[in-house]
Amino acid sequence: MPELNLTSAPAHLRHGSNIGQPLTRRDGILKVKGQATYAADNHPPGMLFAVMAVSSIAHGRVTSLDVAAAKRHPGVVDVMTPDHKPQLAIDPEIKTNPFVFRMEVLQSNEVRYANQPIAVVIAETLEAATEGAVLLAPRYEAQPALVGLDAGTSYVPPVVGVGNPTENHLGDVEAGLASADKQIDAIYETPPQYHNAMEPHAIVAAWDGDSLQIDMPTQGLMLSLGRIAELFGIAPDKIHIRSPFLGGGFGSKGLMSGPPTLGIMAAKLVGKPVKLVLRREQMYGPVGHRAPTRQRLRIGADGEGRLTALDHHARTVSSTFDDFYEPAADASHTLYASPAIRTSHDAVRVNTGTPLFMRAPGEATGSIALESAIDEMAWACGIDPLAFRLKNYAEVEPITGRPFSSKALRACYDQGAARFGWAKRSLQPGQMRDDAGLLVGWGMGTATFPALMFQAEARAVIRLDGSGAMEIGAHDMGQGAWTALAQIAADELGLDIDRVEFKAGSSDLPDAGIAGGSAHTATAGAAIHSAGAAVIAKLADLATNDERSPLFGAGNAGVIARNGRLIRRDDESRGESYVEILARARIVEIEARGTGAPNPAAMEEYAMHAHGAVFAEVKVDPELGQVRVTRMVGAFAAGRIVNPHLVKSQLFGGMIWGMSFALHEEAITDRRSGRIMNANLGEYHIPVNADVPPLDVITVEEHDPHVNALGIKGVGEIGITGSAGAVANAVWHATGVRVRRFPIRIEDLLAQR
Amino acid sequence: MKQFDYVRPATVTEAVAAAAQPGAVYLAAGTNLLDLMKGGVSRPDRLVDVTHLGGLDQIETLADGSLRIGALVSNADLAHDADFAKSYPAVAEALLSGASAQLRNAATVGGNLLQRTRCAYFYDTASRCNKREAGTGCDAREGENRTHSVLGWSESCIATHPSDFCVPLVALDAVIEIEGKHGRREIALDELHRLPGNTPERDAALEPGDLIVAVRLPPSARGFAAHARYLKVRERTSYAFAVVSAASALRIENGKIAEARLALGGVAAKPWRARAAEDVLRGVAPTADAFQEAAWRALTDAKPSGDNAFKIELARRIVVRALTLAAAGTPARIPALPASPFASTSGAIHA
Ligand SMILES: Cc1cc2nc3c(=O)[nH]c(=O)nc-3n(C[C@H](O)[C@H](O)[C@H](O)COP(=O)(O)OP(=O)(O)OC[C@H]3O[C@@H](n4cnc5c(N)ncnc54)[C@H](O)[C@@H]3O)c2cc1C
Ligand code: SF4
Repeated sequence: MPELNLTSAPAHLRHGSNIGQPLTRRDGILKVKGQATYAADNHPPGMLFAVMAVSSIAHGRVTSLDVAAAKRHPGVVDVMTPDHKPQLAIDPEIKTNPFVFRMEVLQSNEVRYANQPIAVVIAETLEAATEGAVLLAPRYEAQPALVGLDAGTSYVPPVVGVGNPTENHLGDVEAGLASADKQIDAIYETPPQYHNAMEPHAIVAAWDGDSLQIDMPTQGLMLSLGRIAELFGIAPDKIHIRSPFLGGGFGSKGLMSGPPTLGIMAAKLVGKPVKLVLRREQMYGPVGHRAPTRQRLRIGADGEGRLTALDHHARTVSSTFDDFYEPAADASHTLYASPAIRTSHDAVRVNTGTPLFMRAPGEATGSIALESAIDEMAWACGIDPLAFRLKNYAEVEPITGRPFSSKALRACYDQGAARFGWAKRSLQPGQMRDDAGLLVGWGMGTATFPALMFQAEARAVIRLDGSGAMEIGAHDMGQGAWTALAQIAADELGLDIDRVEFKAGSSDLPDAGIAGGSAHTATAGAAIHSAGAAVIAKLADLATNDERSPLFGAGNAGVIARNGRLIRRDDESRGESYVEILARARIVEIEARGTGAPNPAAMEEYAMHAHGAVFAEVKVDPELGQVRVTRMVGAFAAGRIVNPHLVKSQLFGGMIWGMSFALHEEAITDRRSGRIMNANLGEYHIPVNADVPPLDVITVEEHDPHVNALGIKGVGEIGITGSAGAVANAVWHATGVRVRRFPIRIEDLLAQR
Repeated sequence: MKQFDYVRPATVTEAVAAAAQPGAVYLAAGTNLLDLMKGGVSRPDRLVDVTHLGGLDQIETLADGSLRIGALVSNADLAHDADFAKSYPAVAEALLSGASAQLRNAATVGGNLLQRTRCAYFYDTASRCNKREAGTGCDAREGENRTHSVLGWSESCIATHPSDFCVPLVALDAVIEIEGKHGRREIALDELHRLPGNTPERDAALEPGDLIVAVRLPPSARGFAAHARYLKVRERTSYAFAVVSAASALRIENGKIAEARLALGGVAAKPWRARAAEDVLRGVAPTADAFQEAAWRALTDAKPSGDNAFKIELARRIVVRALTLAAAGTPARIPALPASPFASTSGAIHA
């Protein structure tokens, strides 16, 4: 582990409770100074550089590679190809568990998508390896590429997302539609999108005999480690992965993919440490993406504006060789009450890399369609969009009928609307203009994301010098795990945060599960909570069983940990410090482990979701069609807020991404070749500073006794949902033009005159 | 990366001699060239670095009132030169609407003029592209082409020239000074960029070794300072190439347009001077009707080259708006969001 010098800005240091404090990132100074070591910053002695050659066709096979030419290039050490590579212990096509996706690691010369790795050149310099990859001058036998939502025949996948049923039903949708006073039937399209984390996928791999040292950004240390062990046939304890910092992951660094595996293979082939870093355009293929969707929504409402039926069907794509289905229609499961609901999916296979989880998978794509459709329905009924949502407020989870573990969505609507000034909105579109004559539109959307929990473990230590340690292989993708989890650790250990050595980001620490599903703080937090409680209980045992202690006889339940001391709950004047307890017992340190896991009984009984309401203002040039978001307010209820500062940043990021979804982001795929034509950050547009308006986030108080011991629901993904629809609805409200294909383009709005 | 020679000539003459060799190219700030090299689009044998040549980084007013801008002046320095921005406000606005602050700090005047198209198929070496490799075909023609040309294109190439800077320059009759194997010559900027015809591989009317040493704005260019704007519609508020843009400049005397200048960006393989539109504006009052008429004239010959018919209508509307803005008068300061339709609204100060 590199020495991490984490610091808290003095202004943010508080004594007493740490949870709830708006600490700035403790790794912030390291990052600003460039001292935070990302994977590609590591250069072990003798390291060589590996560069992938990738396929320029989307379907077919490689018929030749000019390996000799590449090898002749000065500095090139070796070229790894299907014919010249270390053997893997298992066939990478075998799926050993549902979290294993097929990867291309030179197992054959078959090409299944554009940008698929077809060879790896290893050289003394990055430049030599790069040129070597060019000199391979691959030849192909190309076959027609399957591209787009209408490629091939559609089929119904067995499951969508991670094991969700493809279809869900409540009541009779057709009858509900038939009985409706008002109906809408609309089709929405969302494009393929790529995670585009700022830090590209990278690995530095070094073998020492059959031990393997790896620097690699990962959102799932233990899942990666298990996969590597199985692929290379070595014991898990021979592998050490360091991943102290990720420059973003968004789902694309959750599971082991082909490129880092190739890095490990290359290191094995040449017997030296190897670094392999993807070029930006190489991230558009082998490391996942958000699949495109075409969603049909049919909604009926009665004369009062109450839903009579909600039918949400989503068409999506998967790769030709593996299965991941964007569960877009599932977005209709939780938000709006209706006597009849049906959600369903179908798919076609196309020549792309396998789609994957991307920040709010399913929820983001589904939300923009659902929230647009609800807006259309509100307008058809002549009802204000907020009033319409309140009329159809789900008091219990609609399809399952389960009560919510907590749901402060009404408060989100109220507080968000008040802050935004929603009451002044005109019902009719195209009515509002600013002083400069620009069209002004106000739109809203409801945000929702499930409150998930995975499994994690942590180890807590209290030492003779009165300090503590908390060890957990947690992942900081930029969201602030180094800070938020350390805050929880400090509270559980009854210490100031600077007295706790918090260790994370390394595979030799207890398994923290995966940093995904917005569940990392909840899951790792629960493990820290239980490890902390366990070590305090051990310490209390020592004290309360010792006649010489002022706590003698107090019993475990009667003691609390605070400021490095245990004190009697019934008499806070009686207590003693950790140092005193350990010194008397002649113990250098005391440790305990704890786990965090979902509670199946609670999950059975309750529906668990975070909620929010997002309000957006856009301005649109009436003649030129250019759109700018000028204001956004989001009110979110996500249970306990561990660090309001970090939570706000997460929600800001989500809201910006939502706006990006509505207005900017799209991978432009050539309809003939299946190649992505804007695989760079110049042309794959995401919002720049000038696009980001003043953002206002309200965190609505919510106490949830059921989700987990700490009452945390997670905020990593919910910000996108609701926001994308809010922006799209605001564009409609500004212009009167309903655009149903995203992102909204200038030409869509030119028709208005 | 392919290995190449790197030479750093001491004089313009040496530079021209070095760059006249086959496989040699000039390197200015490299913000375009190095990207092309990294992508394998351009694979030169020799880079002739001109950034150290003396005397090419000056902005000078000549005796006859023209302004001479050295080819190595950075885009940012030129835009932020107070006298320059005052005399040629549309040019400064165009510069500041381009790329990002970091890129403008680096990018040079000469490099901006000679930047290559952003056609995605040109950048993608797996695609067929007549501009990159003569005679191979044009994958954009039936491909993803909603941002491609609507004027002056041919079946062999439908790419646009992406520069913002060039648009007002062409409107203002800029001239470029070239140092070549046979000495110095000058041509109108309007003649620098070529329409594709059957030879899209040649972007510019330059010979091997030709070095642009300066851009000159004639004395008349100052006459438009009171009524000159650049307007650029793009897909995000900043840091995006124009979908369509226009530079408009008017000389208004006694309530009538004495002289009009109009050029369009993002519509053709060159900055598109719309002389027919200028003609109809001469001598008339600056009214909405007159601007509409001009807009129709400017786009008479336009035709879609793919999924881009909307650009024709958009271009008409941009022409009307740019002329309307110019007629209203150049703002005292360049707006915080230069050339943006949102320029007049308050908001972010970072473009
Ligand atoms: C992400 C991104 C966004 C951008 N957005 C915009 C935008 O919105 N609007 C816009 O207008 N531009 C934009 N640009 C382009 C930018 O303006 C150009 O890259 C820049 O102006 C080129 O200048 P340079 O000095 O770096 O040229 P270089 O890259 O060094 O050279 C470009 C070309 O000009 C030739 N050359 C350079 N100087 C001379 C000379 N004196 N004589 C003869 N030949 C010469 C070189 O050989 C080369 O072929 C963008 C660029 C990037 C990378
Ligand atoms: S439009 Fe021109 S630059 Fe683009 S692919 Fe065709 S020939 Fe090449």
